[in-house]
Amino acid sequence: MDIFDIFLLEAVINGLLLGGLLALLALGLNLIFGVIDVVWICYAELIMVGMYAIFWSHTDFGWPLWLAFALGIGLVALLGMALHWFIVRPVLSAEPINQLLVTGGVLFFLQAAATVAFGVEFRNIGIRLGGIPLGDVNLSIARLIAFAVALLAIVLAYLFLTRTYTGTAIRAISQDREIMPLMGVNPGKVYLVTSAMGGGLAGLAACLLVLQYDIHPAIGLSFGPITFLICVLGGLGNLFGGFVAAFIFAQFISVGGYVLKIEWGYVLAFVFFIAMMFVRPEGLFARRR
Amino acid sequence: MRPGFRHLGWVLLAILVASPLIGVGIYPMHLLIMAMLWGFIYTGWALMGRLGMVSLGHGAFLGIGAYSVVLLWNAYSLTPLVGAAIAIAISLIVAVIIGYPCFRFKIVGHYFALVTLALAEVVRLVIVAMRDVTGGSLGVTPAPGLHDGATASLKALQFSDRVVWFYVVLAFWLLGLWVWRQVDRSMNRLALQAISEDEDAAASIGIDVTRTKLKIAMLSAVMTSIGGVLYAQYQMYVNPETVSGIGVSLQIVFGVIAGGMFVMLGPTFGAVFLLALQEALRVLVGNKVHGLDLLIYGALLIFFIIYMPKGILGTLGDGLKRQRNWLSDPR
Repeated sequence: MDIFDIFLLEAVINGLLLGGLLALLALGLNLIFGVIDVVWICYAELIMVGMYAIFWSHTDFGWPLWLAFALGIGLVALLGMALHWFIVRPVLSAEPINQLLVTGGVLFFLQAAATVAFGVEFRNIGIRLGGIPLGDVNLSIARLIAFAVALLAIVLAYLFLTRTYTGTAIRAISQDREIMPLMGVNPGKVYLVTSAMGGGLAGLAACLLVLQYDIHPAIGLSFGPITFLICVLGGLGNLFGGFVAAFIFAQFISVGGYVLKIEWGYVLAFVFFIAMMFVRPEGLFARRR
Repeated sequence: MRPGFRHLGWVLLAILVASPLIGVGIYPMHLLIMAMLWGFIYTGWALMGRLGMVSLGHGAFLGIGAYSVVLLWNAYSLTPLVGAAIAIAISLIVAVIIGYPCFRFKIVGHYFALVTLALAEVVRLVIVAMRDVTGGSLGVTPAPGLHDGATASLKALQFSDRVVWFYVVLAFWLLGLWVWRQVDRSMNRLALQAISEDEDAAASIGIDVTRTKLKIAMLSAVMTSIGGVLYAQYQMYVNPETVSGIGVSLQIVFGVIAGGMFVMLGPTFGAVFLLALQEALRVLVGNKVHGLDLLIYGALLIFFIIYMPKGILGTLGDGLKRQRNWLSDPR
């Protein structure tokens, strides 16, 4: 192997692009955990619902793509609110494990609902964007778009959290959920807004994923575990940590998958994760207690 | 437990032991075996779960148990009896490698659940990735060990007669309950209960937190991997999804929560309940609409966790206790 391997470079660049997308996935989950203190095990299944909504409205109803995307984002945001209102809210004061499990039940439910409604076939929205040749490296346009949009969304979410009143309230609640109600912040409302935002981010991820991947009821399982691990590696609830961890993971998957086989890339990433838990058990950028 | 209940328990056990002799059909026999097999695995999980160590990664040990014996038998004709010992050894090593740092560095709650989830994913992906040896996602079948019309082979751990399996699984299930009782009566349980309340306070009165937790985790891992061995040998087929997928790991937790993890028979009851639910839905809904049974199943699980967080047996037990207290102390 040459010292400068063009395919290795391509793997690194693809890893970078994948990192942006994973960072978007991690952002939504981290936001929910940081604010509400509940892990949505079914987070990737919300994305799956968004992908089906986009596919369905675009191919069956012939909606233009932008409208289908808007529907996807809106629908999943609503779904996030419903999930919070009907499922998470009743168990907010229950054991943490029950909160985790109840969303695990939603995972089964959504997966089965998708199977009932759409069957187990792989579906494709039928849009191929091709690639841009850059020297010897071929860059996929869909991945470039995903990377750019994901980064833009992350910046916007950051501005929202730091520059607006609601955003400040959300951050305040995540820092101290006992004191903030005394300061006149309604936590129920903040939770609902956060859930909508987490859902909206999942919907956006669905728009980006639908351009690259086939849709099937179990697709959540290929993104779910990796998203949790990114969040834990970065420190659950730590938005910046999740961002960095996403890029580290993406390099493992992309480069590891190129050097070995695709599954081994994932195995390497997971082994790295477990190893890091020994070194930094609270995550790479743990919030100091 | 009151003596009345205890007598009833022995009678029920006697009926269970005798049931193959009375002549139960093949299908009920299969259900009984599955209920006891999963009951054994759930009991192993609950040893950890009830004491605050909620693992979402028991699929890892199930997969190690199932795949070790099948692969060793197929590749080297190594008898599953030795294979099981190797599987147990691997599970112990994995449990220590993951458990020690987790307990040493106080990884608890969500973190512990997600770290163990990663462990199960590693095992599942390794099985899929080594598809030349393991058959990948298609799964693998143990090579047939019954030749010339033989009905049982101890060397291959294959029995064509379900009755043999019934007694094998029954023995392990009873062993599991015995282990539960031993743990329940030991100092370890008191220590672990203290730990699950407050680790620092427990450490301050001289409890070795890491060691105590590790002991229970190792015990739990061994039981689960034995369960994996039995599952593979009984079903004669394993695939990575059914033994190590996130689905089965979550199902173990659900089953235990549904049954109640604070009473000895709770996990077994959860296994019976989940099995009954699955079978009933399969019969009622049928295969006309693919996935409908799972849909109802998921909805019921959500319902149970929201409204019966202590599980069925736990809730019933609480109800009985309240009634009794009210009778004996009518204030």
